[in-house]
Amino acid sequence: MQSKATASMRPMPVMPKIQWQNYVVYIFFIVVLAFFGFTIGDSGFLTVTNLFNIARTTAMITIMAVAMTFVISAGELDLSVGSTAALAALVGALVMQAGYPWPLAVMAALAAGLGVGALNGFFVTVISIPSFLVTLGMMQFIRGLDMRVTYTNPVSISNQSFNAIFGSGKFYGLPSLLIWSVVIAGIGHVVLKYTSFGREILATGGNRLAAEYSGVKTRKVKFAVFLLSGAAAALAGMLYSGMMQTARFNFGEGAELMAIAAVILGGTSLFGGKGTILGTFAGSLLIGTINNGLIIMGLDVSEQMMVAGAIIILAVAFGKKPNG
Amino acid sequence: MTTSHILEMSDIAKSFGKIPVLKRVSFNLRRGEIHALMGGNGAGKSTLMKILTGVYNRDGGSVRIEGAEVELHDTAAAERAGVAMIFQEFSLIPTLTVAQNIFLKHEPRLPGTPFINNAEMVRRSRDLLHKLGVDIDPEAPVGSLSVGYMQIVEIAKALSKQARILVMDEPTSSLSEAETEALFALVRRLRDDGLSVVYISHRMAEILELCDRVTVMRDGQTVLTEDCAAMSVEHIVDAMLGAGNTASFTWHDRGELPDAEPILRVRNLKLDTRIQDVSFDIRPGEIVGLAGLMGSGRSEIAETIFGRQSPVSGTIEFDGKPLRGQADAIARGVALVPEDRRKMGLVLDHSVRDNIVLPNLDRFSRHLFMRDGAAMTTVNATIRDLGIKTDGPEKLARLLSGGNQQKIVIGKWLARNPRLLILDEPTIGVDVGAKSEIVETVRAMADRGMAVLVISSELEEIMAISDRILVLHGGRIVQQMNRRDVATEEELHHAIQGHRIHASDARHA
Repeated sequence: MQSKATASMRPMPVMPKIQWQNYVVYIFFIVVLAFFGFTIGDSGFLTVTNLFNIARTTAMITIMAVAMTFVISAGELDLSVGSTAALAALVGALVMQAGYPWPLAVMAALAAGLGVGALNGFFVTVISIPSFLVTLGMMQFIRGLDMRVTYTNPVSISNQSFNAIFGSGKFYGLPSLLIWSVVIAGIGHVVLKYTSFGREILATGGNRLAAEYSGVKTRKVKFAVFLLSGAAAALAGMLYSGMMQTARFNFGEGAELMAIAAVILGGTSLFGGKGTILGTFAGSLLIGTINNGLIIMGLDVSEQMMVAGAIIILAVAFGKKPNG
Repeated sequence: MTTSHILEMSDIAKSFGKIPVLKRVSFNLRRGEIHALMGGNGAGKSTLMKILTGVYNRDGGSVRIEGAEVELHDTAAAERAGVAMIFQEFSLIPTLTVAQNIFLKHEPRLPGTPFINNAEMVRRSRDLLHKLGVDIDPEAPVGSLSVGYMQIVEIAKALSKQARILVMDEPTSSLSEAETEALFALVRRLRDDGLSVVYISHRMAEILELCDRVTVMRDGQTVLTEDCAAMSVEHIVDAMLGAGNTASFTWHDRGELPDAEPILRVRNLKLDTRIQDVSFDIRPGEIVGLAGLMGSGRSEIAETIFGRQSPVSGTIEFDGKPLRGQADAIARGVALVPEDRRKMGLVLDHSVRDNIVLPNLDRFSRHLFMRDGAAMTTVNATIRDLGIKTDGPEKLARLLSGGNQQKIVIGKWLARNPRLLILDEPTIGVDVGAKSEIVETVRAMADRGMAVLVISSELEEIMAISDRILVLHGGRIVQQMNRRDVATEEELHHAIQGHRIHASDARHA
């Protein structure tokens, strides 16, 4: 009786089916790599230096996108990461310029990021303002603050340990920026996938009310993801400054949108409840690879922007599930 | 000649892939009748109606309306043929006005122009609503209406398209008693004016009260079409289940419970809703039914015990000590299966497994890391013990039937071995088969010493499951009685309306 009912309920024969839509970011990545490999492979695209270069230049976006995956999975958005990165870079550089040791500068920069994250989290969870609005305002406010701190003057960083660790150095032949992005993505992957905190984030974004009725403290979860996002932005800011050996008010302009694009390309749902760090990492590399390849092809900035934008829309369109 | 039939569906066949869902189904609808269509989940009733409304195309058979064969390849064709369906989840747009909703996609135009004639649209809406006997402002946004009124706007929308056949799918599932009565009166009036209605519902009592004829489907076939006057609830349930298996939905006297200290003690509870002064106890192993009208504050009592609301005054003691908030309640073994499983009970886009694990994260993690292996054992046991029909633990909760979804919500809490289980409307939108399985599960857990509080609008359900019944009226428990002292559902019905009944004097006023 029971099995009969089950059989008649099934709308379709059950077959092991691979949902290729889940892997569209990897497919696109391979297609784009192959395309550039064939067309501009001998113009330097395929050299180790260039591939490292891609990984280096995407590191900051990757790191912000990893945290953004947490934020979006929890059903929120953080537009303030770009300007927060610049703030953290400036704070760190000023602390070092004042003669304090670099670890103190790192802590100050992280504190700046956590402070912005705490403010975002406060307005979203306590005052209950939609995160889009809170972080849109915060993006503007912090960018203004960035400009105000040094009256838009750059602050150079002469501390070589800092510059080596955060940006320009190499360890065992690998650029430190690559190591940072792999480590952060690895930690993010484990936290989202294998910890109860990760499950709580996904449940909160999937259905906040059901999560609460199941005992998840969703406000705490949301507050926590904004803290993480602020910290990740601060780290990205230090990486920008370590790479350039200087801190500027305009670091990370537009980075928030690139990070969001990487997250969505990777297959994370814009509406929360479903997230993948590996996809995000691939999404970020995809964006970086497209930009890099287009430069080598000799396209100018206007053309690069148009092609990159079109590829992002195409990839998301292909990744869309039928009827979804 | 069958001219009295407005609709004749003959030998309708439909398969999805290789699985036949409808096997030569015939269904006739007379002009001016209310015809109930019943069956468990997967019986094929919604597939049949989707063929009638043009959502699916049939593989075989014929459909005649007013004696003429019709092709219904899409919903627009069905609309032209005079068929309209009112969906369980309303197809109204909350931000548009009543009139805008009623005339959506067929707005009256200013003569000779493409522009909408708003004045005419509002006037015609007012006429329609007036004809339906309700005083709804056509210019109010639909989102500001009560659910009952939304239902009526849906009907007005169907009538504005000259529908002659109206299909209603579980129309009362979110209506209060008064709203239900009003809707019934309206549907009867429309029938008397010649409208033909197909009425899908799981609620037996409702069917017998409202409908003229009933058709029961099982496993893709019609098994019975009969005048309602000749039917009883047992009859219909028998036909739906296919066997004489109604035992679980009839009450068992579980005998005297061992004398134990109450595990839950509620004293003089006052909430900022309608609850004025409520006191009651529940003992381990006891199933207590809380009966009362919709909106009488039953759910708020449940939420307060579970710690999601704070009382204005009064005390709630669990195991001799007061409960302090939700985290405390969960930690000490209180579980709540909330009223609206789709909104509060489930993360619909997550798997069966993730939903079952969610309230058990603390049990299945060590030093923050998940122990997925241990969780899986529990998940599989839960699926098996509750008879959750799913292709596997990774299937999304959204894809399961209402009954199986509810089993997930109950199962995820049972996995914690709670000592008090509160069930708020546990079988709304659940088919008969799953309903009796849920009742059996609850009985089995109570036999093992779990205390249970059941809140339900369906007196049938309260009568079937409770050892003891609390009657809530006017913010107070006006009566407590042992189930065995209540003879009929009518008595209980009277009690929740505020009339006192006496065990010794079963003949009420």
